Order: sequence, then C-alpha cells, then structure tokens
Amino acid sequence: MTNYLFSSRALGYLLALIVLLLLPQVLSPYHLTLVETGLSLAIMALGLNLLLRYAGVLSFGHGAYFAAGAYAVGLLNMYFPDNFSFELAMLASLGVSALVSALFGFVCVRHTRIFFSILTLALAMLMFAILEKAYHFTGGSDGIRIPLPTFFGIELTGMRRFQFLVGPYYYIVVGIFAAATLVMLAVVNSPFGKALQATRDNEVRAEMVGIRVKRFRWYAFVISGTFCGLSGGVWSFVNGHITPEISGWVFSGEIVYMVLLGGFMIFEGPIVGAMLFTYLRLYAVAWTEYWMLIVGGTLVLLVLLLPGGVTGGIAGLAARLRPGRGGGRG
Amino acid sequence: MLEVKDVVKAFDKSLVINGVSFSIAENEVVALLGPNGAGKTTMVNLISGHLQPTSGKILLNGEDITNASPYQRIKKGIARNFQITHLFEDLSVLDNVRTCVLSNRNQLGRFFKPASGYKEATEEARAILGIFNLEQFSDQPGSELSEGDKKVLDTAMTFALKPDFLLLDEPTSGVATADKFKVMDTIIDAIGKRGTATLIIEHDMDIVSDYCQRVLVLAEGTILARGTPQEVMDDPRAQETLFGVSE
Repeated sequence: MTNYLFSSRALGYLLALIVLLLLPQVLSPYHLTLVETGLSLAIMALGLNLLLRYAGVLSFGHGAYFAAGAYAVGLLNMYFPDNFSFELAMLASLGVSALVSALFGFVCVRHTRIFFSILTLALAMLMFAILEKAYHFTGGSDGIRIPLPTFFGIELTGMRRFQFLVGPYYYIVVGIFAAATLVMLAVVNSPFGKALQATRDNEVRAEMVGIRVKRFRWYAFVISGTFCGLSGGVWSFVNGHITPEISGWVFSGEIVYMVLLGGFMIFEGPIVGAMLFTYLRLYAVAWTEYWMLIVGGTLVLLVLLLPGGVTGGIAGLAARLRPGRGGGRG
Repeated sequence: MLEVKDVVKAFDKSLVINGVSFSIAENEVVALLGPNGAGKTTMVNLISGHLQPTSGKILLNGEDITNASPYQRIKKGIARNFQITHLFEDLSVLDNVRTCVLSNRNQLGRFFKPASGYKEATEEARAILGIFNLEQFSDQPGSELSEGDKKVLDTAMTFALKPDFLLLDEPTSGVATADKFKVMDTIIDAIGKRGTATLIIEHDMDIVSDYCQRVLVLAEGTILARGTPQEVMDDPRAQETLFGVSE
C-alpha cells in the first residue's frame, strides 16, 4: 500500500486534484459545467473499463446502468419530493444501479465475446423500452426534471441552478470523482482485480487455480454497473433533466467510444476519454448538424492510427523517447 | 493418497476408460503412459473433475470425490497443469504465482487492499519462484518468458496451490533438451518437500525411468501393464504398445 501511495502515480493524482480544485479560479462558469459533465462521465467510463480492460468483455449496454442511477434520482424526486436530498439521491443511484446490474449481469456473465456484447445491448434496449413506454411511472419520452436537492438538511432555496453547479456542486463532483477513481484503482490492484485479469487471460487456467470465473465476472459487472449508476446520479443534477435516451444503444456506444478515445489499456485512459469526448461532441455539435460524422470519423481514425487511444499513444511516444524502457501499462 | 476404483467412462457407445483401478500414495510419483487415444487425457479429466465417470469411484485421502466439481476438487487438494502451457500471460510472473497462492489462502475475493500488500502471500510466491529459478523474471509479463520457462512457471503455479495430489501433463514438453532434467529435478525436489502424490503423463522414457517409482501403461482404456519403470520396459506387451516393437 505504502509504495503505491507514494508512487509517481500518486503524485500525479495529487497534482491533478489540485488543478481540478483550482479550475474555478481560471475557467468560465460555462466551461466549469463542461468539466463537471466530463468528470461525471469519467466515473462511468472507469466502470465500463473494469469489464473491458480487466475482465476482457465488452458491454454495449452500459447506458442501462447509467440510466438506472439517473432515474433513481428522478423517481426519488417524483415520488418522494419531501425527502429529495442529495445524499439520499446518491444512495438511491448506487442501490438501484447495483440491483439492475446484478440482475442483468447474472444473465450476461454466462457468456463471453460477441454473445456477451449482444446480451448487454439487448438488455439496455429493454431498459430503454421500459423507461419510454411506462409513461405514467417514468414520464416516458418527456423524461423527468431534476430540481436542486437539499444537502444534509441544508435547503438551497434562492440559489439558481447555474450558481449551484459552478459553486458547491463542482467541488462535490470533484470529490465523488476522486473517491471513485481511488476505489477503482484499489479494486483493479486487489486480489480480486488480479483474479479478474486471470479470468481474462485464461479462463480454463483460472478455473483450475480455484477462481470461480462466472462469479468473479458477475462481481465485476455489478461494480461496473454501480459506477455507471453513480455517474448517472451525479450527471443528472448537472443536466437537470433525464430522458430514456440515456439507456439507449447510441449513448451506450458513446461510453465505449469514450473508453477507446482515451485508451483502455491504461487505467487513466477512460478518464481522459470522457473529458475529451465531452469537448469533442460539444464543438462538433456547434460546428455542424452532421456532428455524428465527426465522432464516427474520429473513431475510425482512432482504431486505425491510434489503437491504444490518446493515453496509449502518449505512453508509446514516451517509451520511444526513452530508449531501453518499455511502455507503461495500467 | 489418490484411489481410482474400477472407473468406467463411456461417450455414447464408445468405451474410453474400462474398469481402471490404481492408487498413488503420498510422496509417490507415478507415470501414466500410453499411445495416442489410449485414454490418458480422459483419465486426467476424470480425476480433475472435468469429466464424470460412468461408473466407479475416485477417492482423495479416503474421501469420495467422484461427484465433486473441479472447483471442489481444487479446494480439497487436487491440482493439475496442461500439456499446452496455460498462463495468465498479461500478468507478471509474480502475479501468476501470487494469484494461485491467494487462491489457496481463500483471499482472492478481497477488493481493496492491493495484492502486493498481502505480505505473506507475496513472500510465499517469491519463495516458489525461487524454488523454480524464476525469481529474475518476477516483474516480467508471463507472455515474455521463453517456452521452457513458461512450462516451468506453469508447474510452479500448480505447486502454489499446495496440492495433496498433482497431475502433471508432460511437464517437460517444450523445455530445451539440456534443461529437461534440471526442470524435473526441481519438480521432484518440490514434490519431495511437500510429500505430494503425483501422476505424470510423460513420453520421455529417460525421464520416466529416472524420476518415477511406478508406471501405468494405458491402452484402449484399460491398464495393460504396471510396475517399476524397468519391469514395464521389460514387458513385451508394453514394449509393443509403447514402442511398436517386442523382443
């Protein structure tokens, strides 16, 4: 523990945290909300990468768990408006997404490769259909508005949403993001994380050394889904409104895109990917109505020219500039 | 001690193992020989739990494990390796062995403390790497080892499970000829220290005669011959089956 707390990675994290905490001093409020969006999506990208990088399975349906977290917040407000506090909303996000991912994951982890991916996609579309069609319960395609919550009993009456987002909520998002990153780092380096990587590398051998492969993969699925749910919960306050689209296949594809853009072989890659994606999509949308062509085009270029993503490319370049030393791997 | 009692295995109408019985005592190294298709791999799969016998019993230290799952058998003390090396190739050599050690200690399901923080398991893994002369590769990914070293690591991983009964499928295949005896010395030394009962599938008769106390010759699903390596090599039926010649 000691050696990795004081490693260069820990120092890098500390510097990144200081930079994040100082951003409100230099960034415009508008860009600060973009950073908030990027950080909340980064939690989700970290979650997806637990399955992709460490368990070796690709989910095309993680929007379902993001939506589970976001809708837990929305429904809490809809049905229990008097108890709509941030702390309760986060607990609801974690609980509901853990439950949904446990149920969906139980089905999915019985398969690997394309079968796993198709099942995750199918279950996400099932979630989309439920959220879209159960109009009286979920608000259907109109979605649910997310008002400002209370914080540990403190009322935010009189505070405008924008003030809230660029004020106290920014620091809350940074705190949750930092905690989620450290938890995920601990998980991937833990005995569980190593066992998970063992199942990815060689399922047959993993079974023969006493690893219950499906059970471990299921645990990873639940952790991954819960991270997405937390992300959805945090993001719902930033966006202020949620609709069933966040559980659909397009959004689920965007999560995969974020991870590939940042680089899934390096632990921090998905974080970089989520931040870059937030800005890329914003500028692409502002530039042209065919913004999805830009996103799709960059994905093609990425796969062909930079399969390790942005962080993989940087690590490769750094390794080339330091002769005799190998490239870093997460 | 492992006991195999009158085990039969049939696939549809094809009888692959037909009434095989043998036992292997603590600290005993037994070779299972036979031509291709004799049923050696089926026998290994029956013992490791990957196949269920049609009839018969398998006992480990007196306990009936015939219907136990592979996972239950591992936890009861059976470990195996494979003819083709099966490593966790992206994990470091140390992590390959440490994962097995942590599994044996029932610590793999732990989430937050880094694996390197489990000092006793790490020391045990390093000691095993030392026994198998792999210490210098500790931090390298398994994929970067030579084929011979991969085979040695494969065996080291089975040792890390501290088995009472060990199944080794061609432990020296892929190892350079010059290193085969060194590898076997290491394996036999480690077996001796733990008193592990061991069944080895091996085609190299020099290795069989140097390292195995007893030999079982399997042909068409039955034990054709059994005895010391010399006794089996002097058996004309075994000679014909194994080498295609008889005196």
